[in-house]
Amino acid sequence: MAAADKTLRNRAARGGHYGVIALFTIFSAFPFYWMLITTFKSTPDLLKRGNNPFILNEAPTLEHLRVLFYDTLYGQWLWNTFFVGAIVVAITLVLAVPAGYALARMMGPAGEKLGIAIFLTYLVPPTLLFIPMSRIIGDLGLQDSLWSLVLVYPSFTIPFSTWLLMGFFKAIPKDLEEAAMIDGLSRFGAFVKVVIPISVAGILTTVIFTLTLVMQEFVYAVTFITAARNFTVSVGVPTFLVHGDVYFWGSLMAGCFISSVPVALLYNFFVDRFVTGFTMGAVKG
Amino acid sequence: MTTLERGLETRQAPPRPAGGFLDRPEWLGPLMIGPAVLFIVLVVGIPFLLALFYSVSDISMGDRTMRFVGLRNFIAIWGTTNFQTAIWNTFVFAIVSQILVIVLGTALALALLRDFRGKWLIRFLLLLPWVAPISLGTIGWLWIFDSTYSVLNWTLETLRFISPNDWYMWLGIPHLAMGSVIAVHVWRILPLATVILLAGLSSIPHDIHDAARVDGAGYWRHLFEITVPLIRPIMLVAGLFGLVFAFTDMIVIFVLTRGGPYDTTQVLATLAFFTGIQGGDIAEGAAIALFLFPMLLAVAIGFLRVARRTEVV
Repeated sequence: MAAADKTLRNRAARGGHYGVIALFTIFSAFPFYWMLITTFKSTPDLLKRGNNPFILNEAPTLEHLRVLFYDTLYGQWLWNTFFVGAIVVAITLVLAVPAGYALARMMGPAGEKLGIAIFLTYLVPPTLLFIPMSRIIGDLGLQDSLWSLVLVYPSFTIPFSTWLLMGFFKAIPKDLEEAAMIDGLSRFGAFVKVVIPISVAGILTTVIFTLTLVMQEFVYAVTFITAARNFTVSVGVPTFLVHGDVYFWGSLMAGCFISSVPVALLYNFFVDRFVTGFTMGAVKG
Repeated sequence: MTTLERGLETRQAPPRPAGGFLDRPEWLGPLMIGPAVLFIVLVVGIPFLLALFYSVSDISMGDRTMRFVGLRNFIAIWGTTNFQTAIWNTFVFAIVSQILVIVLGTALALALLRDFRGKWLIRFLLLLPWVAPISLGTIGWLWIFDSTYSVLNWTLETLRFISPNDWYMWLGIPHLAMGSVIAVHVWRILPLATVILLAGLSSIPHDIHDAARVDGAGYWRHLFEITVPLIRPIMLVAGLFGLVFAFTDMIVIFVLTRGGPYDTTQVLATLAFFTGIQGGDIAEGAAIALFLFPMLLAVAIGFLRVARRTEVV
């Protein structure tokens, strides 16, 4: 009797466990399912209130995708995002890789404090700075130009990347550089020829995070850019495609889905390193 | 003795005089970190000082002259109902969403701690809201909350909770609108809090759990007397990050409600945007945005205290 009671309780616990995970997964993923199914629904199907909205009630259509790519600037926005992303990644790596290495190896205990200070600047939000920033951008003549974003985005990608890279460089055994320096390389030479080649994984992680930060940014882009053809995806879709009383839900959802899910897939491979960065060593494994 | 020391010194000198400063950490270190620090000072430090400066001036969009007006902007906005509502809403939005995030995040992290099939896919789906550009995810919610075609209303009607004639205007009625923007914000931050809490949970040594089980602690007692106290520092970290994001976020509200209906979801960040950028009153916008700063400072101090206590090395 007691044994049967126990298996029953075990089974209930397992059911509860799956139930909790299922509920959370539905909560998290439902909007993306919603985007996907809306993308392929024909307009009459979307607009008939009696139809079951969770499924396709009529034959799927590619019309919304055609509108998105041919009748809107979506393609241009994707290109703009990619353009800004690539340059910001380059700037971030050039500045953050040496900085992360210096913090990890050469600054001693002061490096730790400086590292935390740099990381904290990542938390200074765009909403605090966007007003003076828009004035500076105007004075530089960069209003409405993608270069304004190239200039400003490293202000949050560098702090985060420096912090991440510092962690990576700390994990590399010091003997490797010391051996290289005994072989006649300078300290800087050892960094360039020995440390960087074995840090490819860390640098790749930094590239992915920088790209996602650029893709997600909204506040600066909506402040600096007013011409539709210079928008990035995250601003173009919500401000330009959502206008007037008629919403093109099909194309809108297609635009959202296409620019969210592929990046998320890539990101999923690197998420553990991201967490290590955020927990700041408050967790020791 | 002295000759020996001199002899050692010459032997230790770098073999290639040209490589001099590239070998000395006290030169090379600052040289390598300098450009990054300089950049941050230029693009974060200067705008911040300018924000302070603007907030005590009478600058506006069309007018290039600037006069010092002391605390006039602060006094002016402090008295307006707009601003008072926004401050209140900011706290409601940030604190309610953070409490939900920590409670739900802990529950989810506990569930994810156990192994099960398909964990990779589940983790991917759970992370989507955090990774996808938030403005686009929020557009998805805008369609879910749509006043005419809301899938939520359809479901409620089909389950016979409401009749076809009283579909909710999710974003059009004050309390529902606040509830909706909080729900979307929780949806967005939950993955971050969960992965941080999960890292904390997995770092608890197994023998602690085993010992508690041997001592006969039940599930809830085990949870609240063993697990939660052990992950308290990491909960604090997750909570502080979440608070920063919640206090300063304007995207969810900007996309869903634009502060409406009747300013009931207006927060400091959106009010600063509508006043300073769209309204052109730079000085007042800057003053409103500066009210975010004390909150950030408090969070940063809390953060450093956690970092010190856990001896970040």
